[in-house]
Amino acid sequence: MSFFLQLLINGLSIGFLYGLSAMGFVMIFKSSSVLNFAHGELLALGAFFFLAMITWAQLPIAVAFLVTLVGCFILGFFIERFFLRPLIGEHLIYVIMLTVGLASMFKGIMLLVWGGNLQTYPEFLPKFLSIQWDVINIPPVYSAAIIIGMIFLILFGIFFKYSSQGIFMRSVADNQKAALSLGVHVQRVFALSWAIAALVAGMSGIVLGVINGINVHDLSAIGLKVFPVVILGGLDSIGGAIIGGLIIGVLETFTGGYLSPSLRDVVPYIILVFILMVKPYGLFGLKEIERV
Amino acid sequence: MKAYRGKPSIFKSNNPDEKKVADLEVRNLSLNFGGVKALNDVTISVHNGELVAIIGPNGAGKTSLLNCITGFYKSQKGRIFFNGKDITNLPPHHLVRIGIGRTFQNIELFPGMTVLSNLLLARHNHCKYRISPASLFLSSVREEEIRHRRVLEELIDFLEIQAIRKKKVGSLPYGLMKRVELGRALALEPALLILDEPFAGMNLEEKEDMVRFLTEMNQAWGQTMILVEHDMSIVMSISKRIVVLNFGEKLAEGAPDEVRDNIEVIKAYLGDTGRV
Amino acid sequence: MKKFRFHPCGNYHERYSQELTIFETDFGRFWLCIGILFLFFVLPFVSSPYFLYVLNTIGIISIAAIGLNILIGFTGQISLGHGAFIGVGAYAAAILATSLGVPFLLSIPLAGLISALVGMIFGIPSGRLKGLYLTIATLAGQIIIEYVLIHWESLTKGTMGITIPRPNIFGFKLDNDQSFFFVIFSCLVSMTWIATNVMRTKFGRAFIAIRDNDRAAEGMGIPIFGYKLLSFGISSFYAGVAGALWAYYMISVTSEPFNLGLSVEYIAMVIIGGLGSITGSIYGAIFITFLNEILRILTDILMNVGVFANAGLNVAPLREFFFGMAIIMFILFEPRGLAEVWRIIRSHFRLWPFPY
Repeated sequence: MSFFLQLLINGLSIGFLYGLSAMGFVMIFKSSSVLNFAHGELLALGAFFFLAMITWAQLPIAVAFLVTLVGCFILGFFIERFFLRPLIGEHLIYVIMLTVGLASMFKGIMLLVWGGNLQTYPEFLPKFLSIQWDVINIPPVYSAAIIIGMIFLILFGIFFKYSSQGIFMRSVADNQKAALSLGVHVQRVFALSWAIAALVAGMSGIVLGVINGINVHDLSAIGLKVFPVVILGGLDSIGGAIIGGLIIGVLETFTGGYLSPSLRDVVPYIILVFILMVKPYGLFGLKEIERV
Repeated sequence: MKAYRGKPSIFKSNNPDEKKVADLEVRNLSLNFGGVKALNDVTISVHNGELVAIIGPNGAGKTSLLNCITGFYKSQKGRIFFNGKDITNLPPHHLVRIGIGRTFQNIELFPGMTVLSNLLLARHNHCKYRISPASLFLSSVREEEIRHRRVLEELIDFLEIQAIRKKKVGSLPYGLMKRVELGRALALEPALLILDEPFAGMNLEEKEDMVRFLTEMNQAWGQTMILVEHDMSIVMSISKRIVVLNFGEKLAEGAPDEVRDNIEVIKAYLGDTGRV
Repeated sequence: MKKFRFHPCGNYHERYSQELTIFETDFGRFWLCIGILFLFFVLPFVSSPYFLYVLNTIGIISIAAIGLNILIGFTGQISLGHGAFIGVGAYAAAILATSLGVPFLLSIPLAGLISALVGMIFGIPSGRLKGLYLTIATLAGQIIIEYVLIHWESLTKGTMGITIPRPNIFGFKLDNDQSFFFVIFSCLVSMTWIATNVMRTKFGRAFIAIRDNDRAAEGMGIPIFGYKLLSFGISSFYAGVAGALWAYYMISVTSEPFNLGLSVEYIAMVIIGGLGSITGSIYGAIFITFLNEILRILTDILMNVGVFANAGLNVAPLREFFFGMAIIMFILFEPRGLAEVWRIIRSHFRLWPFPY
């Protein structure tokens, strides 16, 4: 039983991280319908930037964190401005491949600068965040991750529901042309959504880096794990991303624990195919009706 | 531009024994989208050689009805028979094979292709060769391609689009696109031709041309047609029988004159004034 | 006496059959003949072994790239699983050759067919999914196939890989780059020709119709699902043949190269070469292969210069970086790829000295 509980807790915490990583992805898809294959690299960039701020610039943790978030925000803005904006209205494959190209460019840069080895942050989280209850042991990182994730989730909920930019984003996602004709500055909306998504990605990257250490290859692999998560949750649902992440995380640890460790990495994709065949719009995604 | 005009060979059946017969019967058809009733218990029939027009206010379910007949929507209730065969809910490409061709309300041509390739596409089911000879482009394949080209050239002559046959469809004006779409539907050699608003967005001259083609097809070559249209003057002048739909239900059916004087129809179009 | 046409200044066709030819003018046909003669009778005899190796790589990659272009460029189904299908072909050939002792000439097409079958199975989601959903499904396919290749140890020998004996054709042993050159390029030329033929018949038209507007294609009587599967089948057949040739050429097969990165590389080739252009796929293959080789040579040189050697410079990051940059540059500045560049250059020469 305690094995089961430990697996469940592990799964939930990993899943929450998946969900957190997927949030930025969903954000981009929601506003600009771009499938971002460079998401893993965005995570890694955030993590490395934070590392550089701490070790190289010697900034205090809080300042480094803020600087990283701002840096990611600007980076997202630039990506949209210089790479994706020329492709508005282009065929899907060009957009997909552009993000693939970005992914390998970023990866190349990061490998050149930081190399392919595992790096770690210095210990900085306060101990009181650690939760110990019977057999269940939650390290401080996870509680920090859950707190941060919750804050972002609530902020996003408010942002999309009440702020004018959030409503613009939703309108653009629904119908670009109509939004344009109503005076929505579509390009600004795209830029903003990329910037916010990069910010969220950077933040998730830091959390992942604290837990697993920072490694380009591992983090970009997480970028691929995002796909089963978002398909399960529904490509355009931020809450769905979190729930999808939790489900995938739990399934992963259970297959790892009860079946075989090697199956662990492939199970999410088997589920992915299954969901796509049965319910392609996911648990919380919007179903588009096609008219003839 | 007036080229030599004979009877295009698509109107002559390749096989003289097998005449192109088109008897369509729609029985008690119902279609729901979620809670919205798009069609409710609609029954209509089209006989061989007829030109039947379907009219009705916007949202009356005309296009939904056509989409059911051509297999794009799956109806929940009712049956559709074509030449005595139950064709309810068959996939669209299957219906094309048994002789139901259509045009779309918003033009669904392939804008990047030339007019000729658009028409060639419609010959898909008439190309009988298989993939292995095609991969070697054997002479039998070549001959068949040439045969289809010849059929299409007759059609191009009939529709008077010789000058644009090598132009990209996307570069054509709207009226010509509609004409090309008609040509493409004809190239399917349908027994029953279904036209969804062929006159929409055309100017007077283009409308006159289109009316000329439709009447010639129907009266001289005996093409069976269903026509959905908003332009009353055209509908009244070319169709023999008119079906009126409103809110997914059949309101009236009959000759143009009867329909014009039908009180229900006037109500549907002009609103219930209480004076009629 | 046949009249040769080189640069007609109008449409002088007299028969419909003249519009069905691959080349519009005899000029193109002439250059093709010269090119093929050069390819088979000059190149293999004057190239250095290293250059022959590069050429052979290009030949094999081109076959797979043509396959992917049929799927992506013509049918519009974006697949991230091409690398896995190549892997299936390679393993199929290896297993056929070692465990079953199937001769070379038979195992190549058989590997293609097995790969086509697998490709069609993983193409089944295309019946329900469109656009990016299908892309994600093929991504899953890639990862699942990769997993199977590594973990089905009784068949694939896991991470050990399979070693293949040198093949024979009619008692003639294929054991050097030169002999492989003839095999590979005969395959490439014939498969290019077949692809061109298929694309100009009703099958190619149906593919393009599905790509441009699947609803209208359905209305034209084209069974979409069947044709999507056919496209997946043809595409993975090409991938399988390429994989089989690769396996024989490299002597041994491991699952390592057939990862998602390979799939991405092939999509890059197809985009850089030109979507929807058979010859473009070959240009793309040439471009990527040369890019890889140049970067390799470049880093080798840098490694030997003392200053850089200590910086831990290795080929992977640079390659990764320039590869990504090439994709982005082409998408942003010439999305129709090298085929379009070539067409512009050609028409420039033909029209010279007039601007248009």
